[in-house]
Amino acid sequence: MAFLILRRLVQTALILFGVAAITFLLLYALPADPARMIAGRSATAQTVANIRHELGLDQPLLSQFWNYLMGLTEGNLGRSYAQKTDVGALIAARLPATLILMAAGIFVEVALGLILGVIAAVRRGGPVDRLVMMASFVGVSAPQFVAALLLLYVFAVTLAWFPMSGFGTFAHVVLPATTLGILGAGWYARMVRSAMIDVLNQDYVRTARAKGLSSARIVFRHALPNALLPIIAMIGIDIGQFMSGVVVVEAVYGWPGIGQLAWQAIQQVDIPIIMGVTLVSALAIVIGNLVADLIAPLIDPRIRAR
Amino acid sequence: MFKRWLRHSTIAMALALTPLPAFAQDAIKQGGDVVITYKDDIATLDPAVGYDWVNWSMIKSLYSRLMDYTPGTPDLIPSLAESFTVSPDGLTYTFKLRKGVKFTNGRELVASDVKYSIERAIDPKTQGPGAGFFGAIKGFDAVSGGTSATLEGIATPDDSTVIFTLSRPDATFLHVLAINFASVVPKEAVEAAAGDFGKKPVGSGTFVLKEWTVGQRLVFERNPDYFVKDMPHIDKFTVEVGQEPLVALLRLQKGEVDIAGDGVPPAKFLEIKNSPEGAEIIVDGAQLHTGYITLNTKVAPFDNVKVRQALNMAINKERITRILNGRATAANQPLPPLMPGYDKAFTGYAFDVEKAKALLAEAGFPDGFETILYSTNTDPQPRIAQAIQQDLAAIGVKAEVRALAQANVIAAGGTEGEAPMIWSGGMAWIADFPDPSNFYGPILGCSGAVQGGWNWSWYCNKELDARAIAADSMSDPAKAAERQAEWGKIFTDIMADAPWIPVTNERRVVAKSPRMGGDGDIYVDPTRVINYDAIFVKDE
Repeated sequence: MAFLILRRLVQTALILFGVAAITFLLLYALPADPARMIAGRSATAQTVANIRHELGLDQPLLSQFWNYLMGLTEGNLGRSYAQKTDVGALIAARLPATLILMAAGIFVEVALGLILGVIAAVRRGGPVDRLVMMASFVGVSAPQFVAALLLLYVFAVTLAWFPMSGFGTFAHVVLPATTLGILGAGWYARMVRSAMIDVLNQDYVRTARAKGLSSARIVFRHALPNALLPIIAMIGIDIGQFMSGVVVVEAVYGWPGIGQLAWQAIQQVDIPIIMGVTLVSALAIVIGNLVADLIAPLIDPRIRAR
Repeated sequence: MFKRWLRHSTIAMALALTPLPAFAQDAIKQGGDVVITYKDDIATLDPAVGYDWVNWSMIKSLYSRLMDYTPGTPDLIPSLAESFTVSPDGLTYTFKLRKGVKFTNGRELVASDVKYSIERAIDPKTQGPGAGFFGAIKGFDAVSGGTSATLEGIATPDDSTVIFTLSRPDATFLHVLAINFASVVPKEAVEAAAGDFGKKPVGSGTFVLKEWTVGQRLVFERNPDYFVKDMPHIDKFTVEVGQEPLVALLRLQKGEVDIAGDGVPPAKFLEIKNSPEGAEIIVDGAQLHTGYITLNTKVAPFDNVKVRQALNMAINKERITRILNGRATAANQPLPPLMPGYDKAFTGYAFDVEKAKALLAEAGFPDGFETILYSTNTDPQPRIAQAIQQDLAAIGVKAEVRALAQANVIAAGGTEGEAPMIWSGGMAWIADFPDPSNFYGPILGCSGAVQGGWNWSWYCNKELDARAIAADSMSDPAKAAERQAEWGKIFTDIMADAPWIPVTNERRVVAKSPRMGGDGDIYVDPTRVINYDAIFVKDE
């Protein structure tokens, strides 16, 4: 176990370095000039040159990258060009909202996905199965902004059960989490269904049936745990995805998460923020996968044995 | 030797102190708590740095400057200055400060604060975009070049006197002292904030920042010590950021929001406008804005003046104003109608497809040509670019539309020989201050026709440049009308060379709840967009 963690730490460092290098190079390949964007329309050439110099943009690309990496090793993500403040602080300020929405969104999608997936698998081929699969197909294909606006209109504007926008109370998180949950649940339902069908056809399940176990016990004690592995891996991926921000849902519900920050930074060519958000979400994906890898053996002893 | 400007220091002050007759239909009520929404987070409230249309109006209200404008108008008035004099050669400006003005940290504002604040705005370390505005002050180059920290051209003989010495006459200098970059800040607060002044602002304006929760809200409270009595009118305003314009509008209709700062999304405009409360919700106001198409004079065939003139006749501007839901009027010259110097009599190039075709044939392109039209990619700009594309097709010009992110269009425009045509929508020129010269230098003058510049036509007419410099040297207020007329002439003369196709003058739209009082001009103030000092809540 210790070896696995150590290996993962080395891998994480390498992945982050790779992500940093690629993002950095891509951003500098853009035709847009950050100094120009900050300077605005009325600036003289001298002003632009001054800003470029102060930001270190007049240095060779490699030394800029080196300085950035050196900052990173001290935990310094740099200063935002447009907001003139620490990127670390900006991201930290938005972390709670992002984490809450991530947890709530994953909870809803996994809960919905498990329930629907298991039902569909048990009733395979029947009308319930077909209904669930159709619903999940709609969920998987619906654009986020359509679903978000629809829910907002029905539950916040017309019925006024929830606030339209903002952050702070439990009521605020319901609609954004439900939006993410409904859309994500489709994937989970399909995955749970196929994994369950696979497991339910195995010999040990037939044996369990032959022993006369109740079908509830067969499904929940014997089949489901074995079908959970891909789900856990998928949660690991979702953690990373939600951490990098769910821009559309955040925008519709005025949710102050990382996605908003990133979107605005991209518009302003605020490279330090874009870099910071990219690195934080890369880190989240790595951690999410690591957690999934660590949980998997707890559920499936076969992996532990390996 | 000094000439006193009694007119400005007395009559104008009296105007600033009394409620304006322009919005007298509702009685102005003191008090009230207002909620305002914006889509984007507020970047910074540092007056030396902030330069977008959202933080512009907040910075205006957090700080004060020597000069300001009468709310809702482009008329200059003294603000921190009690009075001022200009020397006959236009090179020396002497300001007497009001007594007893305090920063919101409690310290009295003195002359050296004015000097410090302007030096700070120019200092390259500040990375401020507005440094160039102060270029006429003596010693500017040394501070801007980083070789000196103090500006030779500002003297403070005592705590209430500031004397500016200019290296060249600058008729726009009073406007320069009214822009945000000239806001007065206390040095100790800037230093205490350790580089984070933009998030911890201290000024002497109408409001104080009480709370800033990044990504969520900013709370501004009335400054009880503000030096103009009965200003501002509201007690408090909360800015909620990250609010999608469509949702903000729904919240406004439910009464949760008082002002939707981003206005009405184009798709919703007619529905709201035609709704029963539409007239009360939508306020639109003229701004110092012109939307235009640049014709790159360094790219063939736009190096041919006849081609540029022909294209000027080919664009159906009325149709474009319809795409903008009628929130615009057709333009025929670079200056917007609200700008001093605008020539009402000028007609420009009328829309005439046949004449355009004939002129194009005369220029040697009877079958038209192929070119590229750049545009930003946010609605409704690509739709307008398509309308322009269709208009051009009617005279045989095949234009490929390239809709890109704003930063990329700006970069293409500022690269020599890159973008043949650019539709300016979404990045169009809105004046920094209400003076015609502000529409020339960066966007039509030789100084802007450089790598990274904003003169995307790459138009450089040395003779007009000389006339522009001459006009800006006429700083004697007695010659203001003559100067204005000369500027107007410069812009109509530019149209003979047709480096632009002036297309529209857009009005800005803000949505407000029916309980908000005051007329449109203070919600779309020509110098600051929403004028937080002047808006008020009606009796309910």
